[in-house]
Amino acid sequence: MDPFASIADLAEGLRTRTFSSRELTQAYLDRIQRLDGQLNSFITVTAEQALAQAEAADAQLANGSAGPLTGIPIAHKDLFCTQGVRTSCGSRMLDNFVAPYDATVVERLQQAGMVMLGKTNMDEYAMGSSCENSYYGAASNPWNPDRVPGGSSGGAAAAVAAGLAPIATGTDTGGSIRQPAAFCGISGLKPTYGRVSRYGMVAFASSLDQGGPMGRTVEDLSLVLGAMAGFDHRDSTSTEQSAAELDALRSVRIGLAPERLKVGLPTEYFQALTDAGLATLLDEARRALEGRGVQFVEVSLPHTAAAVPCYYVLASAEASTNLSRYDGVRYGYRCENPKDLNDLYQRSRSEAFGAEVKRRILTGTYALSVGYYEAYYRKAQQVRRLIRDDFVKAFESVDMLLAPTCPNAAFGKGQLVSDPVAMYQQDIFTIPASLAGVPALALPCGFSEQLPMGLQLIGPHFSEQRLLGLGQIYQTETDWHRRHPQLGE
Amino acid sequence: MSVDTKDITGLSRLAKLALLPDELTQVTADLDRIIAMVDALAEVDTDGVAPLAHPLDAVQRMRPDAVTEEVDRDHFQGIAPATQDGLYLVPRVVE
Repeated sequence: MDPFASIADLAEGLRTRTFSSRELTQAYLDRIQRLDGQLNSFITVTAEQALAQAEAADAQLANGSAGPLTGIPIAHKDLFCTQGVRTSCGSRMLDNFVAPYDATVVERLQQAGMVMLGKTNMDEYAMGSSCENSYYGAASNPWNPDRVPGGSSGGAAAAVAAGLAPIATGTDTGGSIRQPAAFCGISGLKPTYGRVSRYGMVAFASSLDQGGPMGRTVEDLSLVLGAMAGFDHRDSTSTEQSAAELDALRSVRIGLAPERLKVGLPTEYFQALTDAGLATLLDEARRALEGRGVQFVEVSLPHTAAAVPCYYVLASAEASTNLSRYDGVRYGYRCENPKDLNDLYQRSRSEAFGAEVKRRILTGTYALSVGYYEAYYRKAQQVRRLIRDDFVKAFESVDMLLAPTCPNAAFGKGQLVSDPVAMYQQDIFTIPASLAGVPALALPCGFSEQLPMGLQLIGPHFSEQRLLGLGQIYQTETDWHRRHPQLGE
Repeated sequence: MSVDTKDITGLSRLAKLALLPDELTQVTADLDRIIAMVDALAEVDTDGVAPLAHPLDAVQRMRPDAVTEEVDRDHFQGIAPATQDGLYLVPRVVE
């Protein structure tokens, strides 16, 4: 079987008994064991559980009770709680943390019959754009091991790109699904805020965090999104979605007429784009879609430049609050021989959090401090409304937007670690959609100097069906998503 | 706005982080640059703009006031660093 096959094709192979789920699962586990030494894309591999789940899936396939995803392996970002399996969030703080329950996303995909291969590497607490901030060591980009895979869902992107998993879950707060997808040449979707339950996702910035699928094809993303999305009473910001709406996510091309679609090209994004190679690739992508009748017009999102500063105030403020729960008392890391309660708190947190997490906690503490709250936190919330309204206004005249995913191809390991502000600018094209809560789809759109590049389709709230529909049309016109890296055996 | 090591020492106390001397110097330099970057917000005209806390302007959902889940203390305390008789243990607070 082809480790780079789409899950739609793998499901066909399972249905026709070309191979069993156990054989399929074993094939991916073998590849992980053989090749992941080069990538460090997994933190934990759950071989035994995976084979047991695969056997259960094979029984369902044999007795006719299987669904479209039954028996398909998947890798979960190590930020989704998994009962009985460590959820580290890439941090020393949670190195010993075994969640007493499953995240809703994990539970739903398991109910759909998917087989968990393991938990993927990530920047600590999802804070980072390079997967270098992991307690378990940096992950590598399978296209070039000296480059980063992107972050924070860098392990997920590297694993899918290298054929170590056919599909993976990720989470996106400011670009953590889309940017690694672009850097590794795969497809990734950040759904509308509220589309996918956050229950059991370790919290970073709760008003922005959103889980989503990362895979090889748009069709694969739509199949998995349909299974992971939906209302969840255990997430207070989850949105009601009808069964018909969730079904529609799995059959995205029905009713889509590209010749009636009008796509906006945001002026501010293209003005900020300095990579000539990427500009050419985006132009080619536009022409490919024009060939299918899609119309393009320029639109303006006037507050784009304020998005990165706005995000780093709000996300850091929320992070400083969310991460106050790690106190060395109830779970997670606890320092040795604390001399008093304050020492217990301070040393447990200081010894277990990495440099970037400490920077964000302190930035957030600053923004929320007396005297600075109005100038930073409240101001950023006001700017967030202006950014959200830019999108709402743009979508009055266009159906969606076409933009770059990242300003450049995957950068070198170590290149930006000493310059946090330069690292933050990597998220310039992904952050605005996160602040606005709108869905955005990252797709591979070609190569520049042997490294994959990504485009981004951004739509109005709850327009995933249309985004995925146009994404699928793009992938019938191009074959960038079918390219994969060659790893040395 | 710029920050110095005294400001960062105060912030780290609030955030319950104990920074080593080298860390303090580095974090002060980093935060100074981060704050210079976010200071760009001041240039945006936000007169009369209401703060946005939720991208869909949703408000907290209400639910019936009914017991839906039982708290299984032993199960949850199984992952705690130190417990005794159902209590979490911390260093002595009251002499």
